[in-house]
Amino acid sequence: MKGARLAAIVFLMVVGGACVFADLLLPASYAHQFRDEPNAAPSSQHLLGTDDLGRDRFVRVLYGTRVSLLLAPAAAFVASLLAALIGGVAGFAGGWVQKGVMAATDLFLSLPWLFLLITVRAVLPLNVSPLISVAITFALLGCLGWAAAARVVCADTTSLRESDFVLLARASGSGGWRLLWRHIVPNLQSVLLAQFWIAVPAFILTEANLGMLGLGVAEPLPSWGSLLRELQSYSVLSGQPWQFVPLILFILVVSSFHLLLLKQEWSA
Amino acid sequence: MKRAGVLQLGQHVGKIVLIVLLGGTLGAALVRFSPGFGVDERELDSRLNEQSIRALRQRQVEENNFAVFYVHYLGRLLRGDLGMSRTFERPVSELLKERFPETAKSVGLSLALAWTLGFSLAILAVMSRHWTIDLGASLLAGLLMCLPAAAMALLFVLARAPARLVLALVVLPQIFRYSRNLLARSAAQPHVLMAQAKGLNTLRIFFCHILLPVAPQVLALAGISVSLALTAAIPVEALCDLPGIGQLAWKAALARDLPLLVNLTMIVTLVTLLANSACDLLGQRFRGHAA
Repeated sequence: MKGARLAAIVFLMVVGGACVFADLLLPASYAHQFRDEPNAAPSSQHLLGTDDLGRDRFVRVLYGTRVSLLLAPAAAFVASLLAALIGGVAGFAGGWVQKGVMAATDLFLSLPWLFLLITVRAVLPLNVSPLISVAITFALLGCLGWAAAARVVCADTTSLRESDFVLLARASGSGGWRLLWRHIVPNLQSVLLAQFWIAVPAFILTEANLGMLGLGVAEPLPSWGSLLRELQSYSVLSGQPWQFVPLILFILVVSSFHLLLLKQEWSA
Repeated sequence: MKRAGVLQLGQHVGKIVLIVLLGGTLGAALVRFSPGFGVDERELDSRLNEQSIRALRQRQVEENNFAVFYVHYLGRLLRGDLGMSRTFERPVSELLKERFPETAKSVGLSLALAWTLGFSLAILAVMSRHWTIDLGASLLAGLLMCLPAAAMALLFVLARAPARLVLALVVLPQIFRYSRNLLARSAAQPHVLMAQAKGLNTLRIFFCHILLPVAPQVLALAGISVSLALTAAIPVEALCDLPGIGQLAWKAALARDLPLLVNLTMIVTLVTLLANSACDLLGQRFRGHAA
């Protein structure tokens, strides 16, 4: 299991490195059209061929991976931060504040995730520039994905609040925000980190689903959702199996994240 | 005992009513503050006289007040009037009546299949104590968990396989993973080892000493699986052209038809809450038995 985790880390680092330095590695932009070569087969010029608009598929895969790999952790960070704030304050305050906040969290959790997401997405403009669509998509994931983590953080904060060391700190004169900031928040780090790593693959999967439904990142900016949507035009007769490369890469990346999580899950 | 049961039922009903009311407030706020609210295309109809147009505008002015709008919205909800869909220009209740059976059928079938396969695999992985079976089943579940429901739906369309199976494959890995972990933890308890050492029948050990103590958690998982299947219904129905409420929600989202989308979300939330509450109440009965 240790070897598999190490392989997952190395794989994620290689993919992440290739995506971050895509500008240096690749000759063309993700939107550049090779108009004479639409639907081209893989060659030394275009490693994964071109799509029906003549755009280099390999370039698009790297840029799309970069969008998802950089912004899903950013959204997970926002969600974990919100969870820490909401769950931490609720657990620390206790009483009716905790009951009220947890009732709101329950309400949030009882709303089906994708239904809630597409409802809120529909309120915001759909016909926007690609960069704004990226920001909207991942900001929504971050702002709506805090509830489950907040519940865990709240439960942990409650048990920490009642622990002996906090009682001792209270008896020594610490109180209020100092108690929360100096004694409770540092002990929540491992829980928050676990929630962060759980959220990353979940957000990558959700973005892919939204993108495939046409509610995610707008063209021409690639993301995994828009790259996988290309499979809609796949035909067995045309025989272009390299169209499946983004899907294979997607599975490998998400399973690498799952492998990283496995240790925490087993120890829990 | 009976009184405690009634109290629990009352608590669940109260919780559902509260969540629906709060959800209704959120939904009404989304509809009220959505772009295009208060614009009535009928005002452009040249056949309407000045008085009719004034009456239409007067109604919109009343609805601009959120409190009035919410009271009217709740009143209409209680009468079963869910409003009109802007995209389909038909009553939302009519659309729901037409589309809900398709989704109910898909979700029901997929849940039955996912539970049969997922739970059987979990039992096999735990009871066989053979690492190859456990690893094989875990790898299969892991692979399915890494695939977005929409991509799985597309692969099924390409392979001309029945689309309803996708819903089952989305729920199956979650059922397998959680029930396998629950059963494995239960099977490792000292009293189970003692029962095995005493030579008790394997079936009896499984049902009385492994399954029964984790029955409440397994039932809670059953409630969650309904929500998972309903959520996966959006991409699957949209991409596989199944005329259910998932496809309706997708079309409503693309057309920004908020009255329809908000009502759909409310209905799905209500179904999810009812399923979770039913499983929770049933689980509490099992908890009593296990104790």
